[in-house]
Amino acid sequence: MMYLPEPAIEAVELGKTYGKTVHALTSLSFTVEPGVVFGLLGPNGAGKSTTVRILTTLARPDRGRARVHGIDVVRQPDRVRRVIGYVSQKPGFDPVATGMENLVLQGRVHGASARDARARATSLLERFDLIGAGRRLAGTWSGGMQRKLDVAMGLMHRPRVLFLDEPTTGLDPQARLGLWAEIGRLAREDGLTVLLTTHYLEEADHLAARLAIVDAGRVVATGTPDELKTALGGDTIRAGLVRQTDADRARAAIEAIPGVGAVMTDGGALHARVSNGAAVLPTALAALEYAGVALASISVAQPSLDDVYLHHAGRSFGEADRLGTVASSHSSEAVTA
Amino acid sequence: MTLAITHARLLTGRSLRTLSRQPAYLLFTLVQPMVWLLLFGQLFRRIAELPGFGGDYLAYLTPGVVVMTAMMSAGWSGTAIVQDMERGVMDRTLTSPIRRPALVVAGLTHQALVTIVQSLIMFATGLAAGARYPGGSAGVLVVLLCAVLIAVVFAGLSNAVALVVHQQEALIAVSQFLVLPLAFLSSIMIAPELMPGWVARAARFNPVDWAAVASREALRAAPDWGLVFGRVGLLAALALLMGWLAARAYRAYQRSL
Repeated sequence: MMYLPEPAIEAVELGKTYGKTVHALTSLSFTVEPGVVFGLLGPNGAGKSTTVRILTTLARPDRGRARVHGIDVVRQPDRVRRVIGYVSQKPGFDPVATGMENLVLQGRVHGASARDARARATSLLERFDLIGAGRRLAGTWSGGMQRKLDVAMGLMHRPRVLFLDEPTTGLDPQARLGLWAEIGRLAREDGLTVLLTTHYLEEADHLAARLAIVDAGRVVATGTPDELKTALGGDTIRAGLVRQTDADRARAAIEAIPGVGAVMTDGGALHARVSNGAAVLPTALAALEYAGVALASISVAQPSLDDVYLHHAGRSFGEADRLGTVASSHSSEAVTA
Repeated sequence: MTLAITHARLLTGRSLRTLSRQPAYLLFTLVQPMVWLLLFGQLFRRIAELPGFGGDYLAYLTPGVVVMTAMMSAGWSGTAIVQDMERGVMDRTLTSPIRRPALVVAGLTHQALVTIVQSLIMFATGLAAGARYPGGSAGVLVVLLCAVLIAVVFAGLSNAVALVVHQQEALIAVSQFLVLPLAFLSSIMIAPELMPGWVARAARFNPVDWAAVASREALRAAPDWGLVFGRVGLLAALALLMGWLAARAYRAYQRSL
């Protein structure tokens, strides 16, 4: 008999419907082992934030169940709240309080004495390189510093699981790199489990030890980023078409070539899975020219997470993200109305 | 229970600290009542020659304006909640072990403390303008108590509306459609004896009128304490009801997530 460590997070067939028609989650399941950075990757509107809201006891699922370190989020929300830290998409600090005051309040509501809370706050301010600004009102800080304060507030009570919902959205590239370094350290040095949602492919690739790719309210693939990419096998040929109307002809021409797997078109772009990109490329070029397809670009690459998403969800990530942004702005209107 | 009290104390401390850094908010809501008190007090001075005002209109008007100030100020209490919802502060609070009743109690305590300061300023202004009362300090305490209870009633309502509707605009609607009619359908400005019959009947069900009646009565030389405690009791019951409503509204908010 094997004894597996207790999972940090278990989500089993979670479902959530807003109103009668907006199915935020259909049947979403995944498991997170303790001590890793786990990424929920998906386009806008895929259901990532809803999942985090359920796991952090903010929202109740309509179907399914979820546990954090074995504690049921619906039956014992108070116990879950003691073991988790939550950093939502929106800033969660008080702009009219100093960084220190924000941190100390967070520590005190979790039961720390005033002195312990101040000590912990000081060490977190040092760790996040915010100590110089600690006594200034947080509303006057830069965006990157404010985001770090949000993360530090989520860590005040030494949670076992930290939820980061889109932590780097809206940050400039330099601040994003800085935050990535901090998040990586949390799991490596502190043994913390981090669940991170993101719609940035490179963020998931860079930060997450394991990923669940979420599309339309369900998990379509899980694994390490490398596993997911190598599972696809071979290479991807990407061709940019000058005329979108050529898409069907281009697709037929490529599909006829031996050694070509799945071919997908997405607006003016064509993606083809091939076993050996370098060998197939000359044939592909010839076939496209023979079919009269004008090319804007063509390239061969190792599979990226974009290809993984395309393979499992049947549409490109960028396209889904744009559609999701429109749909989720509609659904949030429906929810508030 | 002790945990809830600790949480309420911490959160009240947070909001008072914010207020201490933006003290202008406290004075901002006093501008309109000041105009009422000083302008109406002068404008309708000779109305006190009619029966029911006790001879001095400013002295009649001041307790009512104190109560009205408490109501107007408390109507905006939900603004802090809307701001917390627009930021991620509400989400963070609701995923922490903070007790839900502590959230309500902290919001209402903050408003009660603001009301005490505002009431003292308004009452002192009335005294400075020449209002005199035989009732002494017991009377003043009753005025403060009535103002605090009215503040709790309207802050509870304002918080509940903020949590259900999530929008600042809804709070504007509360003050437009509720605050002014309630002020005019009461004995704040006009003696009950001089009201049209239907207004007098409506005023009997108006909590603002309960507070104004009890406040003026307690400031008399020989108050009818039965009348005072009856009205204060009604106010206290309504304040409890509104506090409960605000607590329910937190649950409604979480169900909407």
